[in-house]
Amino acid sequence: MNYKTNCERISSELIPYLDGRANAAEQSAVESHAAVCPACRERIEEFRKLFGVLNEMPAIEPSGAFDARVRERISAEPPRSLFDWLVPAPRLAFALAILLALSVWMGKFTTAENSVATAQSEQDFHVIKDLGVLENYDVLKGFDALSELPVATQEPDQTQQDQQQKDGQI
Amino acid sequence: MSVRYDVAIMARSDVQLMLEAKAGDDASFELLLQRYRTPLVSFLYRMVRDSATAEDLSQEVFIRVYRARAKYAPSAKFTTWLFRIATNLALNRIRDTRHRLLEISLDAPAEEHEPSMELPAREMRVDQLMLERDRAAMIRNAVESLPEKQRIAVLLHKYEDMDYVEIAKVLECSEAALKSLLFRAYETLRVQLAPLVAGAASPAPAETAGTGKGRPS
Repeated sequence: MNYKTNCERISSELIPYLDGRANAAEQSAVESHAAVCPACRERIEEFRKLFGVLNEMPAIEPSGAFDARVRERISAEPPRSLFDWLVPAPRLAFALAILLALSVWMGKFTTAENSVATAQSEQDFHVIKDLGVLENYDVLKGFDALSELPVATQEPDQTQQDQQQKDGQI
Repeated sequence: MSVRYDVAIMARSDVQLMLEAKAGDDASFELLLQRYRTPLVSFLYRMVRDSATAEDLSQEVFIRVYRARAKYAPSAKFTTWLFRIATNLALNRIRDTRHRLLEISLDAPAEEHEPSMELPAREMRVDQLMLERDRAAMIRNAVESLPEKQRIAVLLHKYEDMDYVEIAKVLECSEAALKSLLFRAYETLRVQLAPLVAGAASPAPAETAGTGKGRPS
């Protein structure tokens, strides 16, 4: 059981071991296992032979016309247009265009809100401007128009007094 | 395009050459072409098994690199990028061809295409050249019958001298996954090529490395 586990464990290190890319620890792990495992020893030997066999697979050289053909195809390429120079990354350009369009669109809403806000602040400004007059008791006292107002301001006081009386009873 | 061959030019890194090509120097691109045409044609030949197709695809890889030069950013190794383009083009071509062959075989009467689907009959060959061709065909068939990812891993590891990090990037997998992939691929090849492996002489440890870089013993 332990034997098999060790065989599986070193299997992924066998190729790096054989191509010389295993580190010292991996190398000694494979070697110490191979020393006690005839099956893996044989497998390592067969892999070595396999690499030799695989060298027999033929390679080819490019034909003499290869470079000329590439050059020919390159010269047939359309020259880089002004658009390519100006917009080297079309996706980035597209993203920027969308961002610009969005910001213009959002800008509309912001202006509408601003106009409401401006109207509000204009009212506030008038109140503040008249504050000196409104707070001047002498002026208000002599202001006839105010005496015509209903005495609604008294009602909350009355209610408060009633409430206080109720609280006192409780 | 005029090319000046001197040591300083040849010593320039791929990234430097590519950045110069990006700046409009076609001579630098030409140097990249000369540096990588042979490995690329060999790799693609082993992928598609046809020299004319391999040349055509290799040219296409260089054209794609040339077209993309303006957007080139040295974020990865140049070869990783080059072989990723090559791999994608080869896989597309293989799939297209397979699709076309399938359409032909579906259209054609069964008796007509059956013999061509079989491997050439193995006969006793006395001629040494024929024997070698047979061995080479057997090896090619074995490598070709590997699943795509395993095949690419073996070709880049065994024949293109790429390190694990780079192959993993081309295949877009982890290094651990690549090691396991390579082990499975070589294990399949060991079984499939058992008759050749059994008769092979054991090479010296220094010659066993997948990339020709033997482990110092």
